[in-house]
Amino acid sequence: MNTTAIKELLYKMADDLLIIGHRNSEWTGLGPILEEDIAFSSMAQDKIGQSQALFQLLHELGEQEPDIVAFTRNAKQFHNAQFVELPNGDYDFSLMRHFLYDVADQLRFEMLANSSYEPLAKVARKIKGELKYHVFHANTWIVKLGSANEESKARMQTALNDAWNYALGLFEEGDFENDLKNEGVFAGEVALKQLWLETITPTLTKATLTIPHVNTWEPKLGGRQGIHTEHLEPLVEEMSEVFRVDPSAEW
Amino acid sequence: MITEQEIWKGLELVKDPEIPTLSMVDMGIITKVEVRGESSVFVEMTPTFTGCPAIKMMEGMVADRLKEMGITQVEVVTTFDKPWDSNKLTERGLMCLKKHGLAPPVKHSGEVTMELLEHTECPFCGSKNTEMKSPFGPTLCRSMHYCNDCLQAFEGFKPVV
Repeated sequence: MNTTAIKELLYKMADDLLIIGHRNSEWTGLGPILEEDIAFSSMAQDKIGQSQALFQLLHELGEQEPDIVAFTRNAKQFHNAQFVELPNGDYDFSLMRHFLYDVADQLRFEMLANSSYEPLAKVARKIKGELKYHVFHANTWIVKLGSANEESKARMQTALNDAWNYALGLFEEGDFENDLKNEGVFAGEVALKQLWLETITPTLTKATLTIPHVNTWEPKLGGRQGIHTEHLEPLVEEMSEVFRVDPSAEW
Repeated sequence: MITEQEIWKGLELVKDPEIPTLSMVDMGIITKVEVRGESSVFVEMTPTFTGCPAIKMMEGMVADRLKEMGITQVEVVTTFDKPWDSNKLTERGLMCLKKHGLAPPVKHSGEVTMELLEHTECPFCGSKNTEMKSPFGPTLCRSMHYCNDCLQAFEGFKPVV
């Protein structure tokens, strides 16, 4: 099996989870209502835990310990999509990103539950069950706010427009798509994107929200190759600040 | 030589750090016990949630209990080989949750839907006239509900596939 290809796949997924997990955690103490504060904090904990499980798989393939990988790289060494590093913005944007990202992730892990790379398949089978609750939460709010009143609908539509091209960047193809497909590890970003579009459309329709016209689609690419917005560096610095004080500390 | 059965029995005393009425055995997170020699035991565990922060602590608690039972060589590992799902809670485990004031998870058949959580039975009065307030709660494995009959907020242990 092509280990380099598997590593690339694991890195991008683990980094997406770690960075969105950190963003989610920024709502702790600031959520608009207590239940939402708890929801984003819980999802943060889930995602950071899931990223750790993937970093552990990388460690088993010869990479460094999960904490070292998570907290000692600089922004250019991260492979997350730019979408997850964008600041939280208002709650409308955070919810929209949560919806677009989590549906994609749930589908990704459902596909990977049948991966020929058994260590990943095992972890994916576990994670996909947990993500159900993230998607429940996202769907509820998208439908509720999309069809509540004019202001909420307008805000959710703006959030969708702003998020869209970044969300498409989640499906940036890597150098090893064919290897992963041929070896049955992962069916690939194109297949995932198609499935994602089919899945989000009915929910957005129910929420009376409109996907931007296809002529305006310009996926924000580069994240998978380490090209990021100016927002990632300060995030990484803050996230790793405590670890860097004393990397040998026992927690 | 100590038997596998005796080990399982002994481990019933190890409780969940957050739900002190519930043993790890009844929780269903101990997936394998193997007696490997005169005083050598191997235990395999799996977390309820991937991000469960208590798993390392629980490994330690299992190891301590085995040492208490006179086992000198103890190996405890955590894997996803046999992933946990909420149907793995034993009947006694479900009772323990209720005693603790937590609505036990309903049995699922491989699929979890929102509807499954919507009218969770109130652990205080038994009413099903309840509503789910949030699929997230104070820990990853809990959701929050409200009973329209006894007017109490309560937590539920989430069904997980």
